[in-house]
Amino acid sequence: MITDASPAAQPELEPLSETSEEQLLEIAMGPQHPSTHGVFRMNVVLDGEHVVRLKPVFGYLHRNHEKIAESETYLGSMPYTDRLDYMCPITNNWAYALAVEKLAGIQVPERAEYLRVIVGELTRLQNHACLIGFLMQDMGSSGTPLMYAFREREKILDLFESLTGARMMCNYMRFGGCRVDMPAGWLEQAQNVVREFPRFLDEYENLLVSNEILMERTQGVGVLSKELAINAGMSGPMARASGVNYDIRKVDKYSIYERFAFRVPLGAHGDVYDRYMIRFLEMRESLKILNEAMRDIPAGPIVDPKMRIRGFRPKPGEAYGRIESPKGELGFYLISNGSLNPYRYRVRPPSLINLTVLEDLCIGQNVADVVAILGSVDIVLGEVDR
Amino acid sequence: MVGEGILKGLVETARNFFGSYVGKDRLTTVQYPEERLPQIEAARSFPFLVYDGPDWDKGMRCVACQICEKECPPKCILIKKSADKKPDAVGKPQFYPAVFNIDISVCMSCQICVEVCPFDAIKMDVDYDLSTDDRFGDLLLDKERLAKSNEYYNAIHPTEAAAVDAHFAEERAKAEAKAKAATEAKAAAEAKVAPAAQEQPVGGETQ
Repeated sequence: MITDASPAAQPELEPLSETSEEQLLEIAMGPQHPSTHGVFRMNVVLDGEHVVRLKPVFGYLHRNHEKIAESETYLGSMPYTDRLDYMCPITNNWAYALAVEKLAGIQVPERAEYLRVIVGELTRLQNHACLIGFLMQDMGSSGTPLMYAFREREKILDLFESLTGARMMCNYMRFGGCRVDMPAGWLEQAQNVVREFPRFLDEYENLLVSNEILMERTQGVGVLSKELAINAGMSGPMARASGVNYDIRKVDKYSIYERFAFRVPLGAHGDVYDRYMIRFLEMRESLKILNEAMRDIPAGPIVDPKMRIRGFRPKPGEAYGRIESPKGELGFYLISNGSLNPYRYRVRPPSLINLTVLEDLCIGQNVADVVAILGSVDIVLGEVDR
Repeated sequence: MVGEGILKGLVETARNFFGSYVGKDRLTTVQYPEERLPQIEAARSFPFLVYDGPDWDKGMRCVACQICEKECPPKCILIKKSADKKPDAVGKPQFYPAVFNIDISVCMSCQICVEVCPFDAIKMDVDYDLSTDDRFGDLLLDKERLAKSNEYYNAIHPTEAAAVDAHFAEERAKAEAKAKAATEAKAAAEAKVAPAAQEQPVGGETQ
């Protein structure tokens, strides 16, 4: 026994009791936790194994994107948008290009629209493939499913590299079109990838969809009700898994999406399993769009011939351009005062808004489920923190 | 049946495992330093400066117009214009960069410098084994280290380089034709002026 000179100074510790409900423990999950998809921190208050409160802490990857963009030329921000949601750079380019085109009233040639749809849907494929791989990884199935997903992703990234020059930081869209046309043989290569892709989906569904462990871990976990999904401003697969029929490709009919026959898959329960399955279904719909777009792509210019690269000054005004990015509604809000750089530049990132309901989803769940729920929200910290 | 899904998954894993001994599509790993993927033509890493002919300093296409320096989003290019001029690829006297530095630890490989360059002087390299233990010196490329020959450019981006060369050949032919026309016109003018000049003093004498 340790003898103390002043025993009165020591506060008496409460005895640990297994029944006490006051024994709360606050732990910080992240920012170095491997399951937090980057540098995201959750301050979780636990009662035993159950989550009582959860406070997300953002900002570890803040790069001042919006303010930098206000001191860059309009084109100068294009490569920076690649770095927002680095899993799908092309859709970021697209949303930004769309906002600037709205602001300046630029028309996009037919072929460029088709090219945009093709690369955009390929981006959706690789993002969703990655997501289901990561979700499996988060739930402890280490390695195999993620590597299968990455194998397919790599084929699509190879397509991006031979088209745009970079696997991930594509910098592909330009105001009024695309930067380069597809090189010889690219379309056949892409068609091959798209033709082979359903095989991967079938294999993956075989591998995990009816897996008892997966169902046990995901069904009824992290339920997002339809009302909350609408009230909290959810978008993308997150909202659709809760049964909200909201797809900007259908609502806004931007670009040429009204030409393609595709359906919007909806979930019924809004749990992790629905969010997981909806990605499979969306990939199958994307394949339909891709097949049609690759069949119909016309010849012609890929960029508005009136557009010049340097000295681009849109007339004063404001515009909000939004697209259905793989993660949800990605919007760019721009105000121009007629100078070379935007007066105000604002990003509406889907990841950040979808993350706001995290506490509602996690309360009452186990710590291990928090990881699965976070994985199903599909966040990329480059976009959350900007 | 409980466990059916797990068994199905295991069968799929086994198919991939044994399939990797037979088919190439299930074995996609490349043993990197020993084995390398074929270079993709459109790939890009960091910018370099193109020069024509054997001497990198004389044949440099860059005319120090500083457009890329201005347009570079992360501002990683530093150019100092020369005081004197020297003939460029077409033969016109132009400025040249006295200093041309690119800090590739800042560069983000966006290739906006390539797009804005009106002289086809700066292009993207495809080199990727660039790691170094000298963080500051080795990543700050000067003019000499940036200079690469047109033959190298043709080797890494054949389609693009062929178009650039064709454009230059056209420009040069145009410039030559113009120069030829100019000398002819000059000669003709001189021929015209010469008799007039001869006549004038004669006329002057007659006055």
